[in-house]
Amino acid sequence: MAAADGASARKSIYRTALILTALTALEFTIAGLKHHLSSTLGLSEGAAGLMVLVTFVVLTIFKAFYIVAEFMHLKHEVKVLAFTIVLPFLFILWLIIGLVVDGDYWGEQTALQNGFEVEQVQPTTMEAPATLTQYYG
Amino acid sequence: MAEVAVDKKALIEGERPMLNASYGKLMMWFFLVSDAFTFSGLLIAYGALRVRAGSQGLAWADPEAVFTHTPLLYELFHIEAPLVFVGIMTFILILSSVTMVLAVEAGHRKSRKEVQKWVLLTILGGATFLSCQAYEWYHFIIGTHNGAVILTADELAGVNVGGAETAEGVAVFPVMSREEPGQPQEVLEVRMRNGIRITNPAVISRVNDIVSNPDQYHERFTDGGANMKANEYGPPAFANLFFFVTGFHGTHVFSGVVLLVILFLNVKKGTYEKRGHYEMTEKIGLYWHFVDLVWVFVFTFFYLV
Repeated sequence: MAAADGASARKSIYRTALILTALTALEFTIAGLKHHLSSTLGLSEGAAGLMVLVTFVVLTIFKAFYIVAEFMHLKHEVKVLAFTIVLPFLFILWLIIGLVVDGDYWGEQTALQNGFEVEQVQPTTMEAPATLTQYYG
Repeated sequence: MAEVAVDKKALIEGERPMLNASYGKLMMWFFLVSDAFTFSGLLIAYGALRVRAGSQGLAWADPEAVFTHTPLLYELFHIEAPLVFVGIMTFILILSSVTMVLAVEAGHRKSRKEVQKWVLLTILGGATFLSCQAYEWYHFIIGTHNGAVILTADELAGVNVGGAETAEGVAVFPVMSREEPGQPQEVLEVRMRNGIRITNPAVISRVNDIVSNPDQYHERFTDGGANMKANEYGPPAFANLFFFVTGFHGTHVFSGVVLLVILFLNVKKGTYEKRGHYEMTEKIGLYWHFVDLVWVFVFTFFYLV
């Protein structure tokens, strides 16, 4: 096994390293060009911003996959072990959605209390906790 | 035939009691899952507070305007290069992950010399990354010139400044509104270095005046910077989260370097040669790749988005 196996393992390591470097370079290039995107493609600022955000998230997930699957060797472990480790992160997906939505609502309430105008505020009787608004202003 | 007593062999390194993995590797994986949850909590807090600032009408810090210092380029040529240094730091951490996985591979072949070489290079990568982080924190805390605005005692009449006054006056950080097309940005909040928020409308409009006429009032601007209470870049939560998230990640890198040094000394002593396997390299390798994995997310959400 020894010598031949080692050579193919090293080849796959260098391949993964190259992919990770290329993805990082791509992210860096997009970060440099993102301000020209809306004028070049004729998109609105918001649409261009969303496109850049989605691209960054997708590239990050690709990079995370290569690190976990190849460098941490999870792709080559027993399937049950891989799922035991990956599936709990569904809770994180839920937490992201929950807290980002809540952050948006919280900001609107703070703005209302500070007397700023906010677009599209839904009528509601609930208010952000007084102590928190006082603290965070 | 079948013995149901505690299998003491299962706890010994090199044995694979379940899921075709050793006890030590399984426990390292479970630790990393819980650690990943901690980091997720921090990054999601960043997302929630950033979205909150947006819907409140406050401008969040623009990373391209904050992280502009690159060693030598800045000191020798005064060139500002947005995000270049963070890109280099990311590359260094990825490279150290590569040398780590090469050490693990050499361990499989029980090649002591090679494990030693790759572990040493990984230590170098980790130490370099930590030094880069120190440089970045230094410039983040010191800040840029023109970061804060000096207000005189007259302009602050009737405002309790809580002992923040110096011989020059009181330095304040304006928190700007979001940039809207066709509308100038205005000052929505003013905070002093001690974090106390000035709500007096006269003071806010005075700061707005100064900030929108930088040429006329250039002598009013002074070095900015950041602390846990107020910063020149945006809402206070931005600097707090920067310190906490990159600091917590840096602590992990530091622990990783310590573990790697112990590993290196043991490899040198021949501990794993005697033991017959290099499983410790794999376990510390898992931890080290995890540190790289977290940075991938920090890089995207703190510096790129």
